[in-house]
Amino acid sequence: MFRSALIGLLGVVAVLIMPQSAKAEYADVVINNYSDAAGMRPVVFPHWYHRIRFRCKVCHADLGFEFKAGGNKITMAKIIDGQFCGACHNGEISWSVENCGMCHSGVTGTPTSIHGSTVQRLVAPTYKALEDKPQAQK
Amino acid sequence: MTMKKYLLILMALLLAVMFTGAGVMAAEKKDAKKAEAKKATVSSANVFNRLLKKEKVKNASPADDGIHDVANDGTHVLQPPLIAYEGLPGTDFGNYVDWVKALDDGLLKPRYDRFDPKVEPLVMDLDIVREVKASVPDVVFPHKPHTQWLHCSNCHPKIFIPQRNANVINMSAILLGQKCGVCHGKVSFPINTKSCKKCHSKEKPADWKPPQSEASLKTPWR
Repeated sequence: MFRSALIGLLGVVAVLIMPQSAKAEYADVVINNYSDAAGMRPVVFPHWYHRIRFRCKVCHADLGFEFKAGGNKITMAKIIDGQFCGACHNGEISWSVENCGMCHSGVTGTPTSIHGSTVQRLVAPTYKALEDKPQAQK
Repeated sequence: MTMKKYLLILMALLLAVMFTGAGVMAAEKKDAKKAEAKKATVSSANVFNRLLKKEKVKNASPADDGIHDVANDGTHVLQPPLIAYEGLPGTDFGNYVDWVKALDDGLLKPRYDRFDPKVEPLVMDLDIVREVKASVPDVVFPHKPHTQWLHCSNCHPKIFIPQRNANVINMSAILLGQKCGVCHGKVSFPINTKSCKKCHSKEKPADWKPPQSEASLKTPWR
């Protein structure tokens, strides 16, 4: 009796602790290529917020963002150079990079993925980890 | 005289107690009946669609959505989607916002150029009809809403070869994130039973019949 109650309680605690990504807004992208390893929270990119202000073309044609979660290998160095997010997040079009926590706001350990996607719902992992293997195999 | 008065009062009290007692007894009997009725209710294992997932929370704010870290100060500065979606036309899927309609109605004015808010998009109004083998309605691809958001180079020639009959598209590929599925099912409206007819929108001609399988036609027992 006591044991089953304990297991039940643990179950409830586990459910509460586990990241409930099912609630994440459709098309929110978690980018965790390098963040965890660098001791930062992963980045959460809200598509909905940006598409209210810019058409897809601005980022995906002009700035060269690939149509792939985690496919752009974005680093802070590139952003400060004015590439990717840094094309706007430079203190001129939008707020600048000193607001670390506004982007790096994800739960540590969340894998790179686009939330609410059909692929995520129907198939196993949508995201293949970045391969930095030596090219010798080719 | 006083004794008689006392007796009367006592009798009255007794009667009152008995009546209320009877009332309580009756109530208890009713409760017992109710309890019996409860025992007869169906097991929760037989509930309709018990394996279907519950409706998820719609448009949760960053602090409640499960992917934002609540311990991070920045999380609480971010705008909750519902505030931004106020007044926008709704749908049954995705962000629960009809982005294309919102743009057509002039409720949104997203920039086409990073710097200049006055640059107008290069809109092309050309519908491509794709005949579908199965009995579902044929697909009409409207270039207009796509070119309102995107640039030609986003799709051509990498995802779709700009040539007639050059693109093999099927639902499996789309569901796996290829062709239309590069965006649909990730950012633009998702693929579910409520959204089929957004693409499959042209009814088949009246004389259309589904093609019959060779295997059935050849069978000698027809």
